[in-house]
This record gives sequence, C-alpha cells and structure tokens, in this order.
Amino acid sequence: MITFEGVTKRYDDGTVAVDDLSLEAPTGAITVFVGPSGCGKTTSLRMINRMIDATEGRVLLDGQDVREIDPPTLRRGIGYVIQQAGLFPHRKIVDNVATVPYLLGWDRKRARARAMELLERVGLDAGLARRYPFQLSGGQQQRVGVARALAADPPVLLMDEPFSAVDPIVRASLQDELLRLQSDLQKTIVFVTHDIDEAIKLGDTVAVLRVGGRLAQMAGPATLLTEPVDDFVREFLGRDRGIRRLSFIPAKDVRLEAAPADLVTDAAGRPLGWRADGGLLPYGTFNPERDSLRAALDAALLAANGTAVAVDEDGRVIGVVTREALDEVLGQYAARHTRPLPATGEDPRG
Amino acid sequence: MGDEPLVRWDWIWRNWDTGRPDSILALLESHVVMAFLPVLFGLLLALPLGLASARWRWLYQPTVSVMNVVYSLPSIAVFIVMLAVTGLGQATVIVPLTFYSLAILIPAVVDGLTSIPDHVRKSAVAMGFTPLRRLVRVELPLAVPVVLAGLRVATVSSISLVSVGALIGQGGLGYLFIDGWQRQFTTPIVVGVVATVLLAVIADGLLVLAQRLLTPWRRA
Ligand SMILES: Nc1ncnc2c1ncn2[C@@H]1O[C@H](COP(=O)(O)OP(=O)(O)OP(=O)(O)O)[C@@H](O)[C@H]1O
Ligand SMILES: [Mg+2]
Repeated sequence: MITFEGVTKRYDDGTVAVDDLSLEAPTGAITVFVGPSGCGKTTSLRMINRMIDATEGRVLLDGQDVREIDPPTLRRGIGYVIQQAGLFPHRKIVDNVATVPYLLGWDRKRARARAMELLERVGLDAGLARRYPFQLSGGQQQRVGVARALAADPPVLLMDEPFSAVDPIVRASLQDELLRLQSDLQKTIVFVTHDIDEAIKLGDTVAVLRVGGRLAQMAGPATLLTEPVDDFVREFLGRDRGIRRLSFIPAKDVRLEAAPADLVTDAAGRPLGWRADGGLLPYGTFNPERDSLRAALDAALLAANGTAVAVDEDGRVIGVVTREALDEVLGQYAARHTRPLPATGEDPRG
Repeated sequence: MGDEPLVRWDWIWRNWDTGRPDSILALLESHVVMAFLPVLFGLLLALPLGLASARWRWLYQPTVSVMNVVYSLPSIAVFIVMLAVTGLGQATVIVPLTFYSLAILIPAVVDGLTSIPDHVRKSAVAMGFTPLRRLVRVELPLAVPVVLAGLRVATVSSISLVSVGALIGQGGLGYLFIDGWQRQFTTPIVVGVVATVLLAVIADGLLVLAQRLLTPWRRA
C-alpha cells in the first residue's frame, strides 16, 4: 500500500504543485490520479519513487517512509512507465527490458531470458528483441516500456500518461492489455492520466485532482459518475455520465428470451440478421457473461426492432433481450443508485 | 619556374625515404604525431571539462568564451610565443593545437550530453541507475555521435594547422612548402598538399567508420 500523509510540494520558485495531499493507494489495485494539466499528477507520482522529495508530509510504502530508503534501491523495486516510453536508444529491445535485472546484478543470460519472457507477456514478437527502439512503432515502444517496468517483478508500478501519445485504437488495446496483465499480476499501480475516460476504464479507485494540487474527490469509478462531489468534478467528468456508468453494471442479470424465428442464423447458430421483406436487417450483439449493461443497450439500439441479441463466447445466439426487459433493469438500477439531492442550493443536474 | 614540370617524379622517388629528418616519410610521420596527439589530449581533457560544464551550466559560457578566444589567436603568433616556453620541439606545436582541439571538443561534449532527451535521462533515474552508472552506461554512449562529429572537425583542422609550425621549424609536411618556395621548385609543394589532403581524408574516413561501428542504434 502507498500512503500519502499530508504531502505538500512547493517548488523553489514558490509554485505549490501538491497541497496537503492525503490518500491511500491500496495493494494490488489500480489507483488513477486524474486532473487537468498542471494539477500536480506527475509531481505526486514522482514523490513515490523520490525523483522528487516532498516539502512537507510523508509518503509511505507499506508503512515505511520512502525517505528512509536509498533512492536507487527504492527505484529498482518500483516499475516506472512514461509517455514517450523513455527507452534507451542505444540498447537493443531485449537489453532495454533487462535494464533493472542488470542493475540488480543478475547475470546476462538470466536477465535476457527474463526479458524475452516479458516481451511475450506484453504481446510483442520475439523477433523484435534484437532491434533498436527507433525501429519500433510508438505502440510497440510503449509495450516495451511496460515490459521493462515489469522486468524485475516489482510489487509497485508507476505509470505517467503511458498511453497518451498513441492513437485511440492502439491506446484502447494497450489499456485492455494492462487490465489483462493486472488480473494476472495484481501489482499496486498508480496510474496518471488527464483523460477521464481512461481513468474510469482502468481505475479501481480514481483520485480527481484540481489545479493547485488539491484532492477534489477519491472514489470508485461508478460512484464517481453517480455522485460527483462538486461542480469541478462534475464538469471534469463531462457528458453522458448516466450512460457511462452503465459500463459498470454487468449484463448478466437481464432477462433473456428465446430467439424468435425471424432472427436468421447460420448453421453454427451465429446471427446473420433480422428477416425483413427486402432481405436482412442489421442486428447488435452482446455477451451477457462478459459485457456490461451499456453493451446490451448499445446492441438494442443497433437493431431496427430494438431487440439485442445475446451471444456466447463463440458468437452463437443464446437468446434475445427486448426493450421491455432492458427498461426493467435500467429502471431498477436507476432507483437503486440515485440518492436524494442535498437540500442546500446544490445544482440539481447531478 | 620556366619550363620546369609541375611534378618531378624522380625527386619524389629520391626523397621518399632517405633516413634523414627531411625525407617525405619522416615528415609525414612527424606530421601525423603532431596532428593526432593534440586531438587525443584534447579529447581526454574535454571529457572532464565538458562533463563539468554540462553538470554546472554556469561554467559552460565562461569555458566556451575562453576557448573561443584561444581559437581566435593566430596560430603562428602562438607558436612563436610557445618557442619561449617549450623551445624548439614538437611540444611547441602540440601544446597550442591541443587548445585548438579543446575549443572544438568541449562544446561537442556539452552538446552531446545536453542533446539527450530529458525523458531518457529521467527514465534512467527512475530505473534506479546511480549517477555514475547513468553517466557511463547511458549519457556518454548517447553523446558519442555528437562528440565524434566534433572529433572529425578537430582532427581535420589539426592536420591542416600543423603545417604552420614549419615557420618555426616544426611543421611536418609544412616543411615541403617552405622548401619548395625557397627553391622555386613546385614538386615538394604539390607533394605536401596532396599528402596533407590524403591524410585528412583517411583520418576522416576512419572516424566515419568508427561512427558506424559505435552507433548502430541511430536512424540511418
Ligand atoms: N521543476 C519545477 N519547478 C517549478 N514548478 C514546477 C516544476 N515542475 C512542475 N512545476 C509546476 O508544478 C505544477 C504541477 O506540475 P506537474 O508536472 O506535477 O503537473 P501535471 O498534473 O503532471 O500536469 P500535466 O498533465 O501537464 O503533465 C505545475 O504548475 C508546474 O508548472
Ligand atoms: Mg504530468
């Protein structure tokens, strides 16, 4: 666990980058620091591995003040990933990944074997190992950055906007990859981003910071979307909060009905379309075992008849969800998760 | 020079290797020594001085200014002043040329170190490199391309400046220019020019080769 205890950072020029920050980043979970540019996210992150020392307060790593630990030793036990990947241009990919094992004094063979293992783990071809960083795409470099941070199996991982320099499609796949890795590895991750959607997708807990380095709100993503504490957080969360929080409700509880005869399938049972006079009409699918209510709603909206098609892992139809059935769960959900507004002149948009 | 040919090959043949200090081979040899030692010494001195200037930025400007003043001094004047200090030896040429090399190499070392992207340096810190290890394993290797570029300039200019030393009796191939001039005889002059140029081209070629071998990690 990482604990900030009344941490303040004042730079030499007087800028207060972080102001009396107290929070806990629990072991084995992803804690996201999110906020507008200049709100002190990077500064906060770097106080964990002592690239920056706090002016006041303490940062504790499993109860120990990080300032009691010699910086190089501390840092070898904390993985660090940054936006431009920060790979060493003069070292081959395999040696970039093996950096910390080398620093820890592993022999070359073992360090390289470990590096190869990690390259595979982050989904990179072994053939890339002998290349230099300039021979890789931005997305590949970012994966190498993640592999390098994980090489010595550190319990803690710090990530500073690691995916913000790549295009949206690559970013989404890197995010999915991180979630997949995390479900295996259960590292204590502190992840910095200015992208609230990324924060909500990745965070077990999200800490929203405001300019001046103060904590505005810290909560799980669904709670954050439902109950922003003030206008700043509400505005930062942006539009469509109601729809977006559906992403956190599993679709497994919706009522499935048997597929009607006008849903045409192939021999394996995979959907082809809805029968109509002129041919087939479009359809939308979701997987109730894996997807959220948002995906189910989306699938319903894609079909002309407003009916979502439920499929299994292999894409075979297992039933359909009518608009009435969706209405039912959405209504239940809204009733359960909406609280009365405070009586004081609070903005009723919330 | 009348109907004398530009180059008299038999003269070259006779004077190639007479065993005397004014044979072409001996002059070439002393030229090489007087041109390369200053670059070598310059590099050895520029590394610590450049590192210090990159580390303490306020040192950089004064260092560069002093070096630029040194560089602007006419070489012949410096050689003559040096005579008083070092007498009539190769050192009279080697010492000033070392300063000329320094004037090129210190900025090269500093530029090399400061050209390293900040995120690379930061990530080395974050990985847990100690400062010394970071310097040796990350910063110096990454400074190599810029330092080598400076080394090419320093080497070629050192090769050409040695000849000036001939005016005080220590100029390697430069002796051939004076000899040819005094005797109104073009062959030694041509030999001196061609040998100097060849030397510069070969030295530069070797440095380019070194650059290829040392930095396979650079974008082609
Ligand atoms: N070395 C420094 N000296 C003085 N002020 C600094 C220094 N580094 C950062 N700051 C200031 O501290 C504040 C917080 O900076 P920080 O880099 O932590 O922000 P950030 O949230 O990471 O922003 P971004 O999203 O743009 O990366 C900013 O106002 C910044 O200008
Ligand atoms: Mg930042």
